[in-house]
Amino acid sequence: MNRRPTLFSLIMAMPLLVWQLAFFLFPLLFLVAISFWTVRNFQMQPDLSFANWERILSRGVFWDAYLRTIVLSTAAAVITSLIAFPASYAISFKMGEKAKRWMIFILIIPFFTSYLVRVYSLQVFLSDAGIVNAALSYLGLGPFSMLNNAFGILVGMVTLTLPLVILLQTFSMNFINRDLIEAAHNLRCGRLRTVFAVIIPSAKVGLVVAALFAFILSFGDFVSPLYLGGGNPPTLSIMITDITKSGQQWPRAAVVAIMMIVTLMTVAFSAISYAYREKGK
Amino acid sequence: MGNENRIINILLKVHIALCLLFIFAPIAGSFVFSLNSDRFPSLPLGEFSTEWYRLIWEDPLVWSGFANTLIVGLTVAVIATALGFGGAYTDFRYNFFGKSFYLALALLPPTIPVVIMGLAMLAFLSRVNLSGTTISVIIAHGVMCSPFAMAIIRLRLSQMDPDLEAASWNMGGNQWQTLRHVIIPFTKPAIFAALFITMAVSFDEFAVAWFVSGLNETLPVKILGFLQGQVSPRINAIGSLAFISSMTLIILAQLLLRNPEEPKS
Repeated sequence: MNRRPTLFSLIMAMPLLVWQLAFFLFPLLFLVAISFWTVRNFQMQPDLSFANWERILSRGVFWDAYLRTIVLSTAAAVITSLIAFPASYAISFKMGEKAKRWMIFILIIPFFTSYLVRVYSLQVFLSDAGIVNAALSYLGLGPFSMLNNAFGILVGMVTLTLPLVILLQTFSMNFINRDLIEAAHNLRCGRLRTVFAVIIPSAKVGLVVAALFAFILSFGDFVSPLYLGGGNPPTLSIMITDITKSGQQWPRAAVVAIMMIVTLMTVAFSAISYAYREKGK
Repeated sequence: MGNENRIINILLKVHIALCLLFIFAPIAGSFVFSLNSDRFPSLPLGEFSTEWYRLIWEDPLVWSGFANTLIVGLTVAVIATALGFGGAYTDFRYNFFGKSFYLALALLPPTIPVVIMGLAMLAFLSRVNLSGTTISVIIAHGVMCSPFAMAIIRLRLSQMDPDLEAASWNMGGNQWQTLRHVIIPFTKPAIFAALFITMAVSFDEFAVAWFVSGLNETLPVKILGFLQGQVSPRINAIGSLAFISSMTLIILAQLLLRNPEEPKS
């Protein structure tokens, strides 16, 4: 309408911009800067030193943790997607509008419960003498060791991500044109084949984005690895909290954090370009 | 669809039920454990007890944590909703150079892992001598909550007839009057929904708050402290109360978004 920004438009647009520049972008850039700083006498000092990078990147402990974190969060993303798919399929294709809306509301609830409280509760369920093992012992099974190992971590990560993944998958399947499925059936395409030949390709972007979110959430989660996995050996996020809370070595923690962000951006970028590239075929 | 298979449909229903059980068992469990006398609940369950609630009621640290949570939550809700409203309207009304950068900056914070946000905030805020204050938690939560407020209000704006605003201008209303008499009344349910949702998000956020809060801990940070220390079912009692208050906020928000036509003012 008008070329020059009016006072009105600036008053609407600027507060958010200024806030996010000052308190979101700037702290992240500052994090990059301090990764080159040095610590002397427990004080951070501006510097241009690669010592922190060398120290972190040359250590096996870091790369072990890096690999472990990648494997765990990839596993969490795959497992969650596989568990979620039949549920999202059923919600999207088998439920009426009203039931669908209720399911969506129910699945939003966990976002507003404390993840910490849920993890604490899971400890009670999964511990050696806990609820699950007690229930299994009635069947003459167990006890199984489900805490302080990868199983516990994965249970926590799936708990964290499953509602979001079901929601995202459901939304993407809701957009599939129902005529396509009708057509597939008319062409004598079986149920399972319809799922693989019609539904999954049509919903591909949504399915990939859902898995990506599961990966991102699990990758940054420090609660499950710490309280369900025992914290040792550490994941990257545990490394960051340990380094930060145990002293002034924030520059080293910053190096770990930057490695995490770079990894996440790479994964997100490749996942999204994969999702869109194949779609045109 | 001729080839509906009853067995498959039943299996799918069972699968959904199992998913919901898996998602909600920890939440329901926490309620049950909070009213149970056992320190390490197992099967069979111990007897009914309100001991844990009495303990948190008498704990001054819980009360100070609660006060901090409330102050932070209320302030964050107002700030995040105001910022989000401006952002949503900007996205709705204007096209400008660098808009995608603007939107990315506005909406990306929830995708950054909380440990990284926490560390970045801590490093930055301690440099400007704000770390360890309640203000630092408010700043951090403002960043994390405003995308939610913006999304909620933006959705509501997209339901508005764009001609409505033009009509108001044609009738001589300036932008401020249009904002006051057209836009704000139309988005009012979403504004309240955004206030409640952002408050609920702030109430449960523990990681970034843990990094930057110092001694001014909010309640979720207290819970993290309990988790690190000895096992205590007090967590369940606090968690159950927090769940009830968050749910109240969500249901209020949901009701507001459901019948947006009702409050015509």
